[in-house]
Amino acid sequence: MSKQQTLYEKIWNAHVVERRDDGTCLIYIDRHLVHEVTSPQAFEGLRAAGRTVRRPDLTLAVPDHNLPTTARRDAAGNRLPILDKMSAQQLEALEANAPAFGIRYIGATDIEQGIVHVVGPEQGFTLPGTTMVCGDSHTAAHGALGSLAFGIGTSEVEHVLATQTLMLKQSKSMEIRVDGTLGFGVSPKDVILAIVGKLGAAGGTGYVVEYTGSVIRDMSIEGRLTISNMAIEHGARSGLIAPDDKTYAYLKGRPMAPKGAAWDEAVAWWKTLPSDAGARYDKVVLLDAADIVPNVTWGTSPEDVVPVTGVVPDPASFEDASKRDAAAKSLAYMGLEAGQRMQDVAVENIFIGSCTNSRIEDLRAAAHVLRGKHIAAGVKQALVVPGSGLVKAEAEREGLDRIFIDAGFEWREPGCSACLGMNPDKVPAGERCASTSNRNFMGRQGPGARTHLLSPAMAAAAAVTGRLTDVRELLGSE
Amino acid sequence: MEPVSVIEGKAYPLGLKNVDTDMIIAADWLKTISRSGLGVGAFEALRQDPDNVFDNPAYAGAPIVIAGDNFGCGSSREHAAWAMLDMGIRAVIAPSFSDIYSSNAFKNGILTVVLPQEAVDRLLEVAQTDPIHVDLDSQTVTTPFQDRFTFEIDPFRKQCLINGLDEIGLTLTSDAHIASYEKKVASERPWVSGEKSHESLAV
Repeated sequence: MSKQQTLYEKIWNAHVVERRDDGTCLIYIDRHLVHEVTSPQAFEGLRAAGRTVRRPDLTLAVPDHNLPTTARRDAAGNRLPILDKMSAQQLEALEANAPAFGIRYIGATDIEQGIVHVVGPEQGFTLPGTTMVCGDSHTAAHGALGSLAFGIGTSEVEHVLATQTLMLKQSKSMEIRVDGTLGFGVSPKDVILAIVGKLGAAGGTGYVVEYTGSVIRDMSIEGRLTISNMAIEHGARSGLIAPDDKTYAYLKGRPMAPKGAAWDEAVAWWKTLPSDAGARYDKVVLLDAADIVPNVTWGTSPEDVVPVTGVVPDPASFEDASKRDAAAKSLAYMGLEAGQRMQDVAVENIFIGSCTNSRIEDLRAAAHVLRGKHIAAGVKQALVVPGSGLVKAEAEREGLDRIFIDAGFEWREPGCSACLGMNPDKVPAGERCASTSNRNFMGRQGPGARTHLLSPAMAAAAAVTGRLTDVRELLGSE
Repeated sequence: MEPVSVIEGKAYPLGLKNVDTDMIIAADWLKTISRSGLGVGAFEALRQDPDNVFDNPAYAGAPIVIAGDNFGCGSSREHAAWAMLDMGIRAVIAPSFSDIYSSNAFKNGILTVVLPQEAVDRLLEVAQTDPIHVDLDSQTVTTPFQDRFTFEIDPFRKQCLINGLDEIGLTLTSDAHIASYEKKVASERPWVSGEKSHESLAV
């Protein structure tokens, strides 16, 4: 093909098994992550139809969503049971299904266990130029390494298990370019919140997005994972970032990454992947780093973003009638009033974790703010939930656990935790949570819970003051 | 999947924008290992409001939901489609749908009908009192008041819905293509295949 191609087009074209007349393509899937919540019905479907898993070697299972984040073994080293019977049953199903179908399984008490989207890159299971799926919408995260990764439903999980393919139509392409240099105290989370705020929750629907520009190039792989993770929050199923030397350095030597001559061959191919100069996108969105400040959300959609220095917007200020209605409902749910200063909003809960912000750099950023400080009197619960056992071990090696514990935080076992309210970590009804997770939907962190999304450093700042706080002021005052 | 052709009856005039799948079925309901029985948990948070459309006897048993932009955004949970199917929903009409929800709905024989906001507004009005008629074959939504809106649908999806096709069975007929693709990749990009290059998981 002589035409200049985007990264997305190159990966797509390399994975077409069969192209049908109507443009639908059978796309080969190179990597499949499986967890306990969206897989039981898929395995049941395979059994009912007498089907097997086509490529167990391309599939990796790990529980994360409903595992409690409290201790998993007692003092004698015996495994502790999960008290919630439904959750226990779901975990048992995965523990049985993975070996029954020959799939590699990382168990609940293994040090490699963690949130699927932390484990994939960490183990080198995620590779540039691959197609990757998981029954979880935040699968987009793996796009940070140049993998065309997207969330699928359980029927598609079953389809991939049985055939290692999906029937798909090529999406439109969008470039989101962020140029400039980020200011003091501005993190990757602030960048993606700014993007979601600008595009809206449906702004990327039907598109595969590629994040480009100097801000993305200058960002670490972990920062990029935070960006791509939230592609789905602006409606895009995938959010790609072109692989570069940082990507290769991050992956080299990881347990599942290619080794020796295979590594050299892989890198040579990966280097052909970045979008060609002059490749065309269906849509281009530009952001200037100078306009991006520490952000927080005020409402119940991730698009409800405002600078922490700003105020709660007036629903009447929205042009779109349905947005006015939605904003009014959001404010009622959130217990906020138009014009209220965001920095006056008191929070009772702090959650540092989730597939968006639970990696070592996130924990370092939060610990940096907390060092020598203590959570405010009004904060009832402050959780730090590392994204994997390996992240937890590294944090402990660096002494970060002591900083969190001394500050009044609880230091937990890896898992999805309070991001989604399906394990014991929940935010009580009517209470607020300064949360590093990705969704502020009604009831997301528990029925009636009020979520404010922000960066790890901002969550730490809110913990110290007991209200939403501009971390730049807190750090500047040191 | 049950074949889909005509869906007719009362419609829940929800109208809300950005209805996310947490709203359709909350996380607590995701602990099931079965696909059925989720209808009672559907739209739980919205049902806290005594004036909600789902508990209004006027719409009881309606097979259609009419909603605002970006229906089904957020989590990929197919439980959202299963819960709606379990409560008897066979079609959702909205100006736009999230990509994942629309695929999940399709796999379960729920028709997602995309119509412009003006048409959705008109249908929301009609649904207050009268039934809505959705015809997949002619790709139209009609009302007893001579309203007639046509909608687009992917031809492949339409064919699958009308025939109630088992998509996995359909794909497996391409087995030879899949095998030859695998053979090609094994020689061109052998490192993609985990089989031989993987060492133990431990770091």
